Amino acid sequence: MTHRPLIIVRSLKRTVHMLLLAAFVAFLAFPFYWMAITTFKSTRDLIDTTHNPFLFGAPPTLDNLRVLFFQTDFGRWIANTAEVGVLVTLITLLLAVPAGYALARLSGRWGHRLGIAIFLTYLIPPTILFIPFSRIVAGLGLQDSLWSLVLVYPSFTVPFCTWLMMGFFKSIPRDIEEAAMIDGLSRFRAFVKVVVPVSSAGMLTVVIFTLTLVMQEFVYALTFITTSAHYTVSVGVPTFLVRGDVYFWGSLMGACLIVSIPVALVYNLFVDRFVAGFTVGAVK
Amino acid sequence: MSASGERLASALATHAPAPARRRIHPFDDESWLGRILLAPAVVYIVALVGFPFFLAISYSVSDATVGSTTLHFVGFRNYAQIFQDPTFWRSLRNAVVFTGVSQVLVVVLGKILAMAIYADFPGKWIVRFLILLPWVAPISLGSIGWLWIFDPVYSVINWSARALHLFRGGFWPIWLGQPDLAMASIILVDVWRLLPLATVIILAGMSSIPQDIHDAAAVDGAGFWRHLFRINLPLIMPIMLVALLFGIVFTFTDLIVVYVLTRGGPFDSTQVIASYAYFTGVQGGDLATGAAISLFLFPVLVAVAIVFLTIAKRTEVT
Repeated sequence: MTHRPLIIVRSLKRTVHMLLLAAFVAFLAFPFYWMAITTFKSTRDLIDTTHNPFLFGAPPTLDNLRVLFFQTDFGRWIANTAEVGVLVTLITLLLAVPAGYALARLSGRWGHRLGIAIFLTYLIPPTILFIPFSRIVAGLGLQDSLWSLVLVYPSFTVPFCTWLMMGFFKSIPRDIEEAAMIDGLSRFRAFVKVVVPVSSAGMLTVVIFTLTLVMQEFVYALTFITTSAHYTVSVGVPTFLVRGDVYFWGSLMGACLIVSIPVALVYNLFVDRFVAGFTVGAVK
Repeated sequence: MSASGERLASALATHAPAPARRRIHPFDDESWLGRILLAPAVVYIVALVGFPFFLAISYSVSDATVGSTTLHFVGFRNYAQIFQDPTFWRSLRNAVVFTGVSQVLVVVLGKILAMAIYADFPGKWIVRFLILLPWVAPISLGSIGWLWIFDPVYSVINWSARALHLFRGGFWPIWLGQPDLAMASIILVDVWRLLPLATVIILAGMSSIPQDIHDAAAVDGAGFWRHLFRINLPLIMPIMLVALLFGIVFTFTDLIVVYVLTRGGPFDSTQVIASYAYFTGVQGGDLATGAAISLFLFPVLVAVAIVFLTIAKRTEVT
């Protein structure tokens, strides 16, 4: 007799749990579901207020995607983003990997302080720096050039990635390079030949974050780039497709979805490391 | 080459002179190698974060415009002008409301969501993926999605509420066009965007609590609420603070949500410091005033940095 209320309590708990999860998922994922439905609707169906917006009032269409790919520079924007992303990733790796190693191994207390100082520069936001940068970029003659982004983007990827690599190198046992040094390699060679190869996981994290941060960046690209042919995808879609009174909603939503989902899939695999990078020091 | 570890080399050096090559080459000296490896990153950060930051400060006391080629020192004229500008005060107040309300919601909802997905259940992977979507998708594109959801004519929210008979008669809110609703809407989008990050940070904090503590509490007969407020919350307080600090930094300095959804309108009711600095400095061409406005973001960032340093120092001791 006594375990009967227990069953009720337990199933009640499970129901509350499921409802709670469903509510959160509905709130967080709904816009993406909505993008997906809008992408495949014909414009006439979208703007007919007598139609139920959750259903297809007219047959699904690929028209919006055709407009996106063939009547805008969408392909160009993706190529631009990829180009900037690859270059910024290379710069970030070249700067952040050696710096992270030096902070983890070759410096004492001042290294710890410098590490924190580098991390704190991550807190200086683009919204303070974009005004001076707009003049620096103009002074260098890089207005409306993708090179302006290649120059400026490492300013937010390098501090965070240096911090990430420092944490990563600290987790590698010192024995690895000490053994190599006893075998006759110098410290620098041990770093290049022994430590770097076993750090591919950490460097992959840097690559993923740099690429996703580049894809998300908006303020600098909005400030420096003025012609459609040079837009990156995060600026091209909202500025080019939302101009004037005519909104190509179907194409807009298609663009958002096409860019978001692959990034989300990759990022999802790395999010735990991203959090570890954020919380180094607060969680051991 | 029979060189050994640096320590061994220096120990030998006291007895017999080490080969000259090794003593000279800076790559073999640990402290020099450290400096050489750090130098490129430090130089870059000084040149592309430190220098522009210094420029921002000097612009704010100058007469710089987009077209001008020379700078003239004008003292605190720009600041005096800002202080008399009602739009600036409005932006400051909006930024505080926007950040404060959204971050309280994010931390509370983040804690609830973290508890809901902490335990294993079937389909956890897909739930986690769906929950993370708003954070991992480019925010400018996510905001465009909301622009369509808040559309004045075709808003799905209004359609559904009408269909469920929640909105009656002529009641048809224009989400981004009415001052209070516009503020509520951008807060909603900001919560939507930052909730996933807060949740995963809090989850990381929860999984760092040793299981023994939960077991001991269960043995002592602590109920759900008692366990939550006496054990769980105090232990993850530092990590929730980290989530909150990042949320504050990201929201207070953000202009994307406002730029895409409302452009600061209607009647500057959603104008925040970051967006006002953009519209003044870049679109208006008044770099000096724009820089002065944007520097009002800095005190908040300094406060956040101090809290961070305190946390870092505390963990360094333990």
